[in-house]
Amino acid sequence: MTEPLPLLQVRHLSMAFGGLWAVQGLDLEIGAGEIVALIGPNGAGKTTFFNCLTGVYAPTAGDILLTRPGQAAVRLNGLLPNQITEMGLARTFQNIRLFPEMSVIENVMIGCHCRHRAGILGAILRGRATRAEEEMIVARSYAILQQLQISQYVNELAKNLPYGAQRCLEIARALATEPLILLLDEPAAGLNPKETSELDALILQVREQYQVSIVLIEHDMKLVMSLSDRIYVMDYGEKIAQGTPAEIRVNSAVIKAYLGEDDA
Amino acid sequence: MLAELKKAIGVAAWFMFLTLPILAVKVNAIEQTVAWRWTNLALVGGAAFLLTLVGAFFVRYRPQLTTHWPDLSGLGLARFKGWLLALIALFAAVFPALFSSYQINIMTSALMYAVLGLGLNIVVGLAGLLDLGYVAFYAVGAYSYALLNYHFGLGFWGCLPIGGVLAALFGIVLGFPVLRLRGDYLAIVTLGFGEIIRLVLENWNAFSFGPSGIANIPRPGLFGLALPVDEAICYTYYLVLLLGLLTIFVVNRLRDSRIGRAWIALREDEIACQAMGIDKTRTKLTAFALGASWAGLVGVMFAAKTTFINPASFTFQESAIILAIVVLGGMGSTVGVVIAALIFILLPEYLRAFADYRMLLFGAIMVGGMVFRPQGIIGNVRRSYKFPEQGTGHD
Repeated sequence: MTEPLPLLQVRHLSMAFGGLWAVQGLDLEIGAGEIVALIGPNGAGKTTFFNCLTGVYAPTAGDILLTRPGQAAVRLNGLLPNQITEMGLARTFQNIRLFPEMSVIENVMIGCHCRHRAGILGAILRGRATRAEEEMIVARSYAILQQLQISQYVNELAKNLPYGAQRCLEIARALATEPLILLLDEPAAGLNPKETSELDALILQVREQYQVSIVLIEHDMKLVMSLSDRIYVMDYGEKIAQGTPAEIRVNSAVIKAYLGEDDA
Repeated sequence: MLAELKKAIGVAAWFMFLTLPILAVKVNAIEQTVAWRWTNLALVGGAAFLLTLVGAFFVRYRPQLTTHWPDLSGLGLARFKGWLLALIALFAAVFPALFSSYQINIMTSALMYAVLGLGLNIVVGLAGLLDLGYVAFYAVGAYSYALLNYHFGLGFWGCLPIGGVLAALFGIVLGFPVLRLRGDYLAIVTLGFGEIIRLVLENWNAFSFGPSGIANIPRPGLFGLALPVDEAICYTYYLVLLLGLLTIFVVNRLRDSRIGRAWIALREDEIACQAMGIDKTRTKLTAFALGASWAGLVGVMFAAKTTFINPASFTFQESAIILAIVVLGGMGSTVGVVIAALIFILLPEYLRAFADYRMLLFGAIMVGGMVFRPQGIIGNVRRSYKFPEQGTGHD
């Protein structure tokens, strides 16, 4: 009996834009229920890595393997973003990308889209099956909004929400796709310290309630150190360190990348 | 206010100075005299002064004039909504009995444009795909009836679904190459597509009989009966009215469905939409196909109504009018588009009293509409969901 593969395994992933290697030979593993942080200076290739994972870019080389419980590993490279979301990877964006002119609950309902099947004819005839499905989508979306404590905005347009609530709504929308892995791209960017500590609690709560693994790109070190089970550090497209928060804190390569080298 | 007056005087003086050589000075080369036409100059000055003042007035009060329709919700008008609808339905039902066949014809056209607007609204208003070649699908519908009738003797009722399906197929044919395009680029390609269809119809004589078109297309029959012209006009009116009601019903249901939401999400943010698990290709193609099918249906009706079609009916001008109906009515709004279609088609007819100034007035109304109501007659209204736990605080 061989050791079961981790939920997500990334092997030697590389992404080149012309002559520029934004990500080079990255290896990474994510286990079920883990919170993994990906940190590094600006331009280190973290978001590019996310875009490779979620199918926005097709990686130049390497493998992304997803092993769902009780199933064989699936290679995710080259799949379309929506197919990858269907496989169980959902993401948020560094610059909030909600659907501004849709209401809050509709934003979450869009997340449910790929888990349901109602077609054109169903929409026009609105038979019993379609109505039941629609009711289920609404109920589920509202439940997610309640769990993330933004249900008071349910019928507001997404663009009218306060910034912190918009960040929260992005997470709600991603959760509606029923993911196995939730990819958060700088969820704390632009939040004040109070909101950040609320986010900290929220992410832990989400892992608990939705049984998801979470991958996190973040610059807020306090948040990263308190949340993560493991941390990967990237610089110039390559992984320079990995380990627990305690190990990363004292890693000389990481300190060098962040603070520069002392020549004196 | 004083500053605005000063500015208006300045503008008037400047215009008088500019137009002095051409409007005021008239050199008579034969008699070698110079005539000074001061009244012309005074008129120019006066007009410039007044227009500047009016402009300044609008700029100053635009916020009050633009924002919203007066809030009537406090008056409890919702109770009368049913009555209002019933009144409109009654008026629509007895319309042919009250008016001349000329009026009925105009109203039939207006309703056709309402359906076209609602169809294009799926593509442009909901899915956010700027389509400038929509008239091509209208042409496909019209020619499919005309040609099938000419060659195979197929009747109106047989051709109606065929026209719709063919137009939907053409929608998919157009959709495939433009899947990657957005915004301006998409607009240009669809514009080209519309022109290609028209040019093919104009030049492929063996297929479409070229610019001379196809005549003697039968009007819609009633259980095989051929109606006299007057009754046929009434009958067509009711058919188009029914099609309009069907369109409103279907479009409203689609908009509030899983697919409708996917269209709107696609309009709002394509990348986020895909990241949320929506198949972009399929969503775009269904929008194109469903939008086009309405144009196909109206096309068949149009051919049956006019009994003669030629490529001149399917120029870019038509696409532009339909798009203007959607934009002026309010992207994504059903009621707005219907109102805009009625205004757009009926207004030029009723402005005939103004003779030469007809189109000038029409243009002024369009410009005014966009300046003071940029979101369209009816703006973006999202469906509201109610939950027991939530109380009544939000709507």
